[in-house]
Amino acid sequence: MYNFDFVRPKTIADAAAALGHEGAQALGGGQTLLPTMKQRLASPETLVSLTGIPEMQGVCKADDGAICIGGATPHAVVAAEVAAHYPALAGLASHIGDPAVRNRGTIGGSLANNDPSACYPSAVLGSGATVVTNTRQIAADDYFQGMFTTALHEGEIITEVRFPVPEKASYQKFEQPASRFALVGVFVAKYADGVRVAVTGASEEGVFRWTEAEEALSANFSADAINGLTVPADGMIGDLHGSKEYRAHLVGVMTKRAVAAAA
Amino acid sequence: MPKDHGIGASPKRREDLRFLTGTGNYTDDINLYGQLYVHFLRSDVAHGRLNKVDTTDAAAMPGVVRIFTGDDFAGVGGLPCGWQVTDKHGQPMQEPGHPVLAQGKVRHVGDPIAAIVADTYEQARDAAEAIVLDIEELPAVIDMKAAVQDGAPKVHDDLTSNLCYDWGFVEENKAATDEAFKNAAHVTTLELVNNRLVANPMEPRVAVGDYNRSTDESTLYTTSQNPHVIRLLMGAFVLGIPEHKLRVVAPDVGGGFGTKIFHYAEEAFCTFAARQLKRPVKWTSTRSEAFMSDAHGRDHVTKIELALDKDNNFVALRTETYANMGAYLSTFAPSVPTWLHGTLMAGNYRTPLIYVNVKAVFTNTVPVDAYRGAGRPEATYQLERVIDKAARELGVDPIKLRRQNFITQFPYATPVAVEYDTGDYVATMDKLEQIADLSGFEARRKASEAKGKLRGLGINCYIEACGIAPSNLVGQLGARAGLYESATVRVNATGSISVMTGSHSHGQGHETAFPQVIAEMLGIDESMIEIVHGDTAKGPMGMGTYGSRSLAVGGSAMVRATEKIINKAKKIAAHLMEASDADIEVKDGKFHVAGTDKSVAWGDVTLAAYVPHNYPLEDIEPGLEETAFYDPSNFTYPSGAYCCEVEVDPDTGRVTIERFSAADDFGNIINPMIVSGQVHGGIGQGIGQALLEGAVYDDNGQLLTGSYMDYAMPRASDVPFYTVDHSCVTPCTHNPLGVKGCGEAGAIGSPPAVVNAVIDALHSAGKTNVTHIDMPLSPNRVWAAMNA
Repeated sequence: MYNFDFVRPKTIADAAAALGHEGAQALGGGQTLLPTMKQRLASPETLVSLTGIPEMQGVCKADDGAICIGGATPHAVVAAEVAAHYPALAGLASHIGDPAVRNRGTIGGSLANNDPSACYPSAVLGSGATVVTNTRQIAADDYFQGMFTTALHEGEIITEVRFPVPEKASYQKFEQPASRFALVGVFVAKYADGVRVAVTGASEEGVFRWTEAEEALSANFSADAINGLTVPADGMIGDLHGSKEYRAHLVGVMTKRAVAAAA
Repeated sequence: MPKDHGIGASPKRREDLRFLTGTGNYTDDINLYGQLYVHFLRSDVAHGRLNKVDTTDAAAMPGVVRIFTGDDFAGVGGLPCGWQVTDKHGQPMQEPGHPVLAQGKVRHVGDPIAAIVADTYEQARDAAEAIVLDIEELPAVIDMKAAVQDGAPKVHDDLTSNLCYDWGFVEENKAATDEAFKNAAHVTTLELVNNRLVANPMEPRVAVGDYNRSTDESTLYTTSQNPHVIRLLMGAFVLGIPEHKLRVVAPDVGGGFGTKIFHYAEEAFCTFAARQLKRPVKWTSTRSEAFMSDAHGRDHVTKIELALDKDNNFVALRTETYANMGAYLSTFAPSVPTWLHGTLMAGNYRTPLIYVNVKAVFTNTVPVDAYRGAGRPEATYQLERVIDKAARELGVDPIKLRRQNFITQFPYATPVAVEYDTGDYVATMDKLEQIADLSGFEARRKASEAKGKLRGLGINCYIEACGIAPSNLVGQLGARAGLYESATVRVNATGSISVMTGSHSHGQGHETAFPQVIAEMLGIDESMIEIVHGDTAKGPMGMGTYGSRSLAVGGSAMVRATEKIINKAKKIAAHLMEASDADIEVKDGKFHVAGTDKSVAWGDVTLAAYVPHNYPLEDIEPGLEETAFYDPSNFTYPSGAYCCEVEVDPDTGRVTIERFSAADDFGNIINPMIVSGQVHGGIGQGIGQALLEGAVYDDNGQLLTGSYMDYAMPRASDVPFYTVDHSCVTPCTHNPLGVKGCGEAGAIGSPPAVVNAVIDALHSAGKTNVTHIDMPLSPNRVWAAMNA
């Protein structure tokens, strides 16, 4: 690891100011950034920790019923505090990584990084959630822009994520055997105005909505509704853990399982 | 009622107190005054000509003390290979040099090029980035079969090819074996890969070199399974330091699994640099470095053929194996695919004719050497897979086919040059059928199918050769070392005992089990006995721990030394009681005169030995300390029968292990709890190989599985609760304890059982076209096989 300066502001405004300096880098729970720095693959001059800002912590319920999660809230807190309101989201959070990861890693950090195999992006896209930053609100459909790419501007901070609560939902993850990231993960959420299906781990473009399945499930919310539907292998990730064809196949399997398990 | 002490008892492991409370003393816990740190700049290309290593800028970086390159080792010996194999034409293997730091060429990703010694580790890493390398990249050879084609790029320019040796065993059997195949009623053929593994002990390797100017003595602290062997190899062959000026200490070691047997460049470097710089030099491997510098395991590509007569008797076996050596010969690499593999090909069966061909190949990959089982898992896997395939082709029950061909008469001389002293394969199979509840399998299969899962059952038998073995025999086979073990039993004046053993404990529980043996012999409490190991300054020359040999060989040395103690103590006791030493009996920690009520306590005898006022000084010397070297007359032959039940998810190809049963014959057992633990760990590693683990290189020689993000280690949730049984006992006939060894059995016996079970599951769903899937049986591979 190279030397760096470290600041831990107490307000969003101070954090934004600190991130305005050349070479500054936001630090959430550090579950991706710190290993990268230890391998000397990243060398920020200043780390701006976002974990000391009270207004970015914790879970609350908005007047419209949406679940609002502070951007610096660790996965373990989401798993515990969201369980009664949005069990599928809490279940997803409770199966990210291991206990150490869940107690350090944050929702904002995960979304800002947008790892193509991360779990959270599927919940955000699958719920049609809103990513709230220090300057604006970004709809999920506009936020994810490909592997490790998002709509965030340089220095922009995810302060909160707002999840409308569906009637039913489920996240089904098929784990990559080594890392236990999602080889394919599918988040299905049924809302009054339709069904959303978001797939992570599978595509070279990062998390995506499987619109064919959404249409079929909006008409008939049952696992059988997926029969005959496939996603093309072209554009899927192919690596030593799963071929493109295998991942495309798993998208169907995991979608069916998510529909069957939706509660 | 189980015993509560001595042989056969299961006291909790005394060493676990320090291991579980964070008070162990591992090599990385050792920090010496004035210590420097070394970072190795390693090649990031698999094959290249090293035109220039410019350290000018780096040497001026803050904290840098000195930067070493291959040139600094021009006058220093390379890392030696401890076993020379003779090929089928009677010629010695091709043996390339193995420099401490690369000279002229780099030959695998991770090959050390320069060593930066600095005040801190971070400074050394900073300086490494300022070294300017001029490497002319050369085409890499990764695939073994391509490596031995004419015109393939050569890993070593001074060798005639990438073929280390072409070994035939037993060459005299070849013609008769070929003839038997021509006349066979049925021939089953199978091509398979025994996947390359990275051992991944929890503790990465560490080395600390120290030098004492006033005495001209060097000390190396290192993560080793055999410190005496390291002292001999490094002192005599690399650095030219005589034994009396070189001490090697291997303190607590956090797992070895074979990969800490070998003498590594980093050990030699730290010892060398400490002498040069007159300051201690420390290296601690990162996990990333471990992946590209610890010797890997397995990596065989094999074609095996089994010939049967019309009554399904095995009549001949023929194999052709390509064995990866990697870029250099690691310490014992040549022996693994030959003498630890070919000699095991008879397995548990009466196959009269066997011919084994092994081509050892150099490639631009990390060197490959022994890993838990070392050659024996490779032998067992191919044999037990081909038998299972034959049973399916012939439509016979796989257990019945095995039973029909079991060796039942002992001793049994195999056609592959070893003689099994004892065993009872029928008994272990009977025991397996009972503990695995085979009769309940069909009901369990139906229950799985009701859940939408396929269920399969896989059987495996294994034989292994442990306690390696007579030194004069292994010398004929090419070993450049003896394979005895030593023990010094030092009885102190007040009766407590220190036992110096050449065996090294790095998870095996020696500190608990060995005292049980001596306590049993002397009738004293185990708490009076301490095991001392891992320091060449403290005990006689010893050969270390590998090949499940510690109890069979090291324990036997301990028994012999204790017998000498008893003989001398009887003389002292006889003197004290004015009796004849022929009449003295040892019982419950006392020396009795047979047939009388006269006795003296153990402590009175030991005190007399060191305060010899009333003592037969004219007949015996004072003191009570004896040393024995034990050289076994044969290998030991543990055996067993294993059963695995799996479920396969037909939608995803994911395999889960539902039940696993192991019936082993380890001969006599000293501590049943420790034995069960060894079997559990071995099975866990075997399941890891079967389902999860695999080191994969791309065509350019980049290791794709260089971290836990891509190299899948087994975790607790990947393994079931095991049913293990070691009540089938045929004692070894040639060592004093009648013990055989248990450390590797689980890793040898489990992979074929898992794969056989998965194939069985697929066949239950009509996927009879699937005759084999190569390990690891990842979900993708199983799904692809089902949908081929």
